Amino acid sequence: MTESHTLAAQSLTLAYGERIIVDGLDLVVPPGRITAIIGANGCGKSTLLRALARILVPRSGQVVLDGKALHARPAKEIARTLGLLPQSPTAPEGIVVADLVGRGRHPHQKLLSRWSERDYEKVAEALAATGITDLADRSVDELSGGQRQRVWIAMALAQETDVLLLDEPTTFLDVAHQIEVLDLLADLNRDRGTTIVMVLHDMNLAARYADHMFALRDGHLIAGGRPSEVVTDELIRTVFRLESTVIADPVSGAPLVLPRGRHHSPEPEHERGSGPGSKHQLEHRIEQVAELELSYSGGRDEH
Amino acid sequence: MTVMDAPPTSAPDVRDLVVGRRRRRRHRLVVTIVLAAAVVAVFAGTLMVGESFYGPVDVIKVIFGQTVPGASFTVGDLRLPRASLGLLAGFAFGIAGVTFQTMLRNPLASPDVIGISSGASAAAVFGIVVLSLDGPAVSLLALVGALVTAMAIYLLSDRGGFAGTRLILIGIGVAAMLESVVSYVLSKAASWDLQTAMRWLTGSLNGADWASVVPVAIACAVLVPVLLSQQRGLGAMRLGDDLATGLGVRVPRTRVLALLAAVALLAIATAGAGPIAFVAFMSGPIAVRLVGPGASPLLPAGLVGSLLVMLSDLVGQFALDGRYPVGVITGVLGAPYLIFLLTRMNRSGSSL
Repeated sequence: MTESHTLAAQSLTLAYGERIIVDGLDLVVPPGRITAIIGANGCGKSTLLRALARILVPRSGQVVLDGKALHARPAKEIARTLGLLPQSPTAPEGIVVADLVGRGRHPHQKLLSRWSERDYEKVAEALAATGITDLADRSVDELSGGQRQRVWIAMALAQETDVLLLDEPTTFLDVAHQIEVLDLLADLNRDRGTTIVMVLHDMNLAARYADHMFALRDGHLIAGGRPSEVVTDELIRTVFRLESTVIADPVSGAPLVLPRGRHHSPEPEHERGSGPGSKHQLEHRIEQVAELELSYSGGRDEH
Repeated sequence: MTVMDAPPTSAPDVRDLVVGRRRRRRHRLVVTIVLAAAVVAVFAGTLMVGESFYGPVDVIKVIFGQTVPGASFTVGDLRLPRASLGLLAGFAFGIAGVTFQTMLRNPLASPDVIGISSGASAAAVFGIVVLSLDGPAVSLLALVGALVTAMAIYLLSDRGGFAGTRLILIGIGVAAMLESVVSYVLSKAASWDLQTAMRWLTGSLNGADWASVVPVAIACAVLVPVLLSQQRGLGAMRLGDDLATGLGVRVPRTRVLALLAAVALLAIATAGAGPIAFVAFMSGPIAVRLVGPGASPLLPAGLVGSLLVMLSDLVGQFALDGRYPVGVITGVLGAPYLIFLLTRMNRSGSSL
């Protein structure tokens, strides 16, 4: 296990020009855990992540890593502890996978120094961990979206940081690749103890994979805690202004949000009598399945 | 597929990586050495070939300061400054151009397309014709002109972010404006002659003397190391500014240093040889094509720039009926490439 690092925001105010995005926010990232930041579009979650990664300089307040303000520490030193995968990184045209992943070694290399034994080992390890060893000599341009995202994650792994920040790592991926990427991050967290902080759009995947969640609305922290505490229908209403039903995810036991919308109310059926399709029966059935799943898998892994 | 399962003894993987990387490294090294050798060869050829031919022995004697009848003047006073200016200015254009292109992640964003060269030449022409300056004062004025132009383009396109099509389009507009300033000043010049006009319109090595070589040599000696010291950071910035910051690059500092060094090199080279058309624009992409995408293109682009200028100058002087300034030849080469890139720009967001 790696040593645990503490990352925290202290009365953080973030702004683009005159527009204040995040206002006086305090939070502590639980070390060694997977944290998901959720919220509606434009609520400031990506902005917050950018500030945690020191890309955005705070208007006031500060981000503190291991008790020291980020801006007070040398950039390369931070980069050996804190890694970042932004939303849309660009790959130089024609670059080979191994070379791109190797760029993750930047904070460990000196000016003009050649690759060390360790550089090679870490790159090979990152390629193996993301399952792209076979692609090492391929050009990144030729890869599919899912493969490319794995290349970027491999690059972040090669950086060997104990804290990894990711801005929507599953965007533009189909559902199978989304799960694959999140499983990979969960492996990383379990096996290396890497602290992971990610912004996720998908509430349900966030609730399933995260140990801890922060919900943001209009630049304010609305809730923080375990998914089961944070994801409730009241919170979804507050954060997303959306009516929903929260049930237990039959696969993982994590909270599962079912948005209502205006067109899919089960009420008329309910009026026709409590047949097998009624809301109450459906909930009951799902709970049964969930219990079964839980007892089958021995419960959800906890740290 | 767990992380810890990748044992430290994943020897085959590591060996494959080492092999692959060595191969690409060797390729780069070979290309760079070949380019450097070609620069030396063309430089030597330029000194020997001309109206009259002088053998390598005579040329070397002249370079080391011995007096050789005939050769001392032709080689020492005419060909040597001309070849040196071509080599140095070409190098400066190439390396400055590719710095802009990598930093703005767009091959169109070269300083001669987005008006920074035009800023330097407008200032230089103004200095020479209107203020009657010469020597270092002209270089200085060109530097100021280029910096002011760069700043103006940056401020005008600020809303679109630092990279972006907006900056390039504004730059092209600014370039057109400044080029008309050059034409206007030249048309008002009392000592109107075609040589000077061509020098400031397309760039020329005609009339190169040591006074124009020295500032460019000093600029290269000081600023090229500055750029090379930033190449690792610049390489990371090709992945995007956010990711570069995440990798521990101090992006604003690297950007300011690299931009200042590139603008200064470009301005001083322009003051010496005029805005030799499209050299800054073409060198980078050619170099990238040659060395491959993973490597830093700075040094190879400089060498390609030198080659382009010296070869084009040879062609302009001897290969055609009549003599043409070097910028006419590079212009003929560069314009089709510009059109090619412009037609491609709408189809795909291309980066260098």
